[in-house]
Order: sequence, then structure tokens, then C-alpha cells
Amino acid sequence: MALLRIRNLTVEFATASGRFRAVDSVDQDVDTGEILAIVGESGSGKSVSMLAVMGLLPWTAKVTADEITFDGHDLLRIDNRARRRIIGKDLAMIFQEPMSSLNPCFTVGWQIKEALRFHLGMDRRARHARAVELFEQVGIPDPEKRLSAFPHQLSGGMNQRVMIAMAIACKPKLLIADEPTTALDVTIQAQILDLLAFLRDESGMGLVLITHDMGVVAETAERVSVQYAGQKVEEQSVVDLFSTPHHPYTAALLDALPERATERLLPTIPGVVPGQFDRPAGCLFSPRCKFADARCKSTPPPVLGPDLGYARCFYPLNTDERIAS
Amino acid sequence: MTDTPVMQAKALERHYDVSGGFLKKSRVLKAVGGLDFQVVPGKTLAVVGESGCGKSTLARMVAMIEEPTKGTLTLDGKDVLPENWADQRKDVQIVFQDPYGSLNPRQRIGTILMEPLVINTTMPKAEREAKARDMLKLVGLRPEHFDRYPHMFSGGQRQRIAVARALMLDPKVLVLDEPVSALDLSIQSAILNLLLGLQDRLQLAYLFISHDLGVVRHVADELIVMYLGRAVEKGPKDALFAAPKHPYTVALLSATPQADPTKDKKRIKLEGELPSPLSVPDGCPFAPRCWKAQPKCRAERPELGTGAHTAACFFPENEG
Repeated sequence: MALLRIRNLTVEFATASGRFRAVDSVDQDVDTGEILAIVGESGSGKSVSMLAVMGLLPWTAKVTADEITFDGHDLLRIDNRARRRIIGKDLAMIFQEPMSSLNPCFTVGWQIKEALRFHLGMDRRARHARAVELFEQVGIPDPEKRLSAFPHQLSGGMNQRVMIAMAIACKPKLLIADEPTTALDVTIQAQILDLLAFLRDESGMGLVLITHDMGVVAETAERVSVQYAGQKVEEQSVVDLFSTPHHPYTAALLDALPERATERLLPTIPGVVPGQFDRPAGCLFSPRCKFADARCKSTPPPVLGPDLGYARCFYPLNTDERIAS
Repeated sequence: MTDTPVMQAKALERHYDVSGGFLKKSRVLKAVGGLDFQVVPGKTLAVVGESGCGKSTLARMVAMIEEPTKGTLTLDGKDVLPENWADQRKDVQIVFQDPYGSLNPRQRIGTILMEPLVINTTMPKAEREAKARDMLKLVGLRPEHFDRYPHMFSGGQRQRIAVARALMLDPKVLVLDEPVSALDLSIQSAILNLLLGLQDRLQLAYLFISHDLGVVRHVADELIVMYLGRAVEKGPKDALFAAPKHPYTVALLSATPQADPTKDKKRIKLEGELPSPLSVPDGCPFAPRCWKAQPKCRAERPELGTGAHTAACFFPENEG
């Protein structure tokens, strides 16, 4: 039984100009102790689907799903009081921008201790000891002093570590990291990614890494789910995804990486991600796909089997090698 | 193709006075300290480094937005000085990182493109408009976009508009300050192609500022690696990526994630963070984080030597 199980998740936002579907029938499983990466460009719904799991979407969002279960809890029908006991304890999230996710009015120590008080009911002394321990664990030097610092007194890398320390404070079973390193420099990014992988190894928590950086995916993830315009278009293990992508979008995305370029001109994907008003009737990628035909443009493609990476495509790529191997 | 540099900088420095607070003495922040480089037509000089290393300050000096505190900058053999800026600016144009913030939302694309001509030339209106329409075609936009507003465009298209605007005065040097880092991967490659194509066609000299080594590796000819306002390594792209000499470059390269899951990852983990540029260490600025640092590194500042590929380090890697 998977730790987190999502079936047919759809999120629609009520906007002034009608309803906008940000997430479109997404299925996703996350197991204990694995690192799943969700990749996609901006607007692909990767953050929104995980915010829906956390129950952090605003009232304008309409979440429908056949099933969202986490560790035996039905997150679709759970009441708010029960949800608050899970969120932040067993299910935690690291947000993208540490500077705007921390409360500027309180010291970082206060913010980290709040979770310990609420979820674990520790007394003052135990909270302090645990906070110091957490800061040491995430590599914040001089933890005693830093606990009484305000977010604006710390650098971006330090604030991100504070966010991670808060998220792992109650030893979560599943940690969702939403672009945890996008705002950071590469040398700091390397430190944070190593830290997340280390925490996974040590505590055996599941880790969902939301990112748009293919390099980060290749180095950190074990399984990768590719999202495009709200749909999951492909899911494979990381090695297979990079060597034999099945969905044309994944293949085009990998080709567009400058470091994979063989010539001076890079392969490109024409057009842009469809928006609210130009959503195609068939395959969402068909307007930009070089393999698309009339059927792709009129009929939504089926989700293929696990041997084809659950690709949403009529004409998956790299099928021959698969059969041969 | 000529190899005569169109722009040359010698010992370029830029300092800022930072107030130390009420009744405290103001301190000097050396954002850029002593930089030599030259930009050649048809070639790309890339500047890489982490945030706070002074690469954007460098861009602003080259684009004549800020005056260097010390050192000389020459354009076509003529000194770049504030009194000449008005004439020289049209030869150096800049494209900014954020295409959402750099276009005036109240102006139509045509107006945005023609504005540099209105300010800097006496070209008649009809000619201006013709030139702007040609430029739209050159950067891969359609003629009907001429009368639209910026909000009607996607990020990639906006960046094309920003490039078009920078090219309206037929500059010789184009400063690209993180031109693709705000764009999605599928858009990024199209903009890089556009920039490379324009460079081939117009023999532009690029000063390409970026923190993304994957992108730099693709576009650059020459590379400067900056750390805390100083160049720590300089060299031709291939040599620098194949055999980096400065430990910081080695660490930067190893920390950059590569999109190949089968490659074994050996990351050099740097301890600590960038020191504040207000208190740059006396010796080598990188010494506090360097795994090879010796007492000498903390006492003396290593100089960037002369030569094609050099590093400011007493104990360089990959030597010989």
C-alpha cells in the first residue's frame, strides 16, 4: 500500500473569466522512503496538485478526486480539525520562497517551536533542545544564537534550512519539497539537496521533489513524473526517463537542454503551454508536437501501461528498444 | 572576422558607500574590484558567479548605467566617460533578466521599439516605423504584434521584444543580464537560438551574464568566473570546462546538477556561504571555504596572471 495515493485528481479554479482547470485527472503514488520528482514547466499544475493534497488551496479552488489517501487517512473527506493534526506532523511541505514563507514578525526559533508545541506537546525545555538539534541537523552554524534571529537577518540559504528544519521537526512520513532550491545558488543548492537525500536515508520518509530543473531531477530523484498543462504525461524511473522517454513532450524537453546540445542551434519546442482559452480538444501537447496527426488533435489519448511509462500518447516513442530489451 | 576587441576594460572597479547606521562611519563595499576583459565582435564573453559576486554591477558599468569608481573602459578605442555617454550608449545595449518588468505595460510594442530611435536619432517617423517592423521580423515576431501591448505576450515573446528593442540602435555590444533564467526550458532554447543567430548575422559582441553553467557552456567563447567582485578564473570555454584551475570553479562545476542520471556524482561540498562583500577576507577571498587553503592564502591575495587561461590561485588544480 502506497504512503500517498492519488486517483483522478482534478483541481479547477473559479476565475472571473470562467473555470480554469489547473490539474487534470492526475494519478500518483508515493511510497515510503522513495524520492519522487514531479517536473514540469510553469503552469503545469505540479505545485497545485500537491497543495491540494495538503489542503492549502484557497476557496476558489474546487478539488475533485476519486481518492486521496495518506497513511490510511482519507484526505478528501477529512474534517479540518483532523487534517491540522496530520499536516505539519506526518505530512510536511517546504515552500519555494523561504523569504516570503516565514513569518517576518516572529523569530525563526519561535516558528519552529510552534510546531513542536502544537503537534508533540513538548515542554519549553524539550522544545528548545529539539530546535537546537534540528538546526544542527540541517547545518545551521551557531544554532543557539540563530534561534533568536528574525528571517530578515538570515540569508536565503539559511532561511531555506530553517524551512527544512520546520518541515522535518515532527519527523514526517512524507515531505513535499516545492522547488526547494530554485531561489538558491548552485553551491548552496548542492548542500540542500544532499541534506534532503541524507534525511530520507536516515528517517526513511518519502520525499516528493517538485522542480523544473532536469539536472536536479537526474541527480536526486528515483522516480520521475512529468506534468504538462495539468496532466501527468509520463512517469518512469529516472534512468529510463532520461534514456528512453516515451512521451514526445518529455523527449522534446530533454532535447532542449543546452548541455545535451550537439549543434550550435538547440532543438526547440514551438508554441506555448495552452492557457485557459486555447485548451485543445485532444492531446494537450498536440499543437506543439511534431508527431501529432488529426487523431491527436481531436481525441484525448489514453494513458498507456507501465511498460510505456503511463504515457498519455497515441504514438509513444522508444517502443522498439523496449520490446527488444 | 576581426579579432580587434570592440570594448576593453582595465582594472575596472566599482565601490559603493554603505551607511553603517546612525552615528556610525559609512563603509565601502567593493562590488567589483579590479577586472580586466575585452569583448570581441561576433564572440561571447560569459561572466558566471553566484549572487553577490558583482556580475550585475559589471553589466551596469558596461551598459553605462553606472560610472566605474576606478579603472578604464574603452569602446572602439575611445574612453567611456560620463561626458561621452550620450554618444556611446547607442553602441552598447542591454537586455534584462525579467521580461515582465522591463517592458512598459502602457506602451504598444511599436512604441517600445521606436522609442530608442526617437531619443537618440533624428530619423523621420516613417523610417522609424519601417525599421521597427523589420526588427519584429528579425526576432521572430509577426507584423500584427506591432500594435499590441506587452501583457498580450508570453515570457518568451516578451524577451524577444526586449532583444528587438536593444537592437534598434544597431549596437556593437549587447549586454545580456541573465536573459533566459526567468524562462521555461522549452522557451529558453528558442531564445538562445535567436541570440546565437543574431550574433552570427550582425557580428554582435555579447557580454553574457549568467549563473547557469549549462547555458554558458553552450553560448560562451570566453569565460570569466567571479567570486566576491573579483575574477578568480578566466579562459576560453573549452579549456576552462575541461580543466578548471581555481578550486572555486572546480566546486562550482561539481555542484551544478547534470541532466544525466547514470553519471556518478562526486560533489565537492563547499562549507559555509559567501562572506559578506563588506568584509572580504584579506587574502584570497575564497580561502575561508577552500579545502586547499594554506596560511599563505589567508595572508596574501593571489593575482590573476596574464595568459589565455589563468586562475587567481596559489595552488591551482589541473596545472600543467
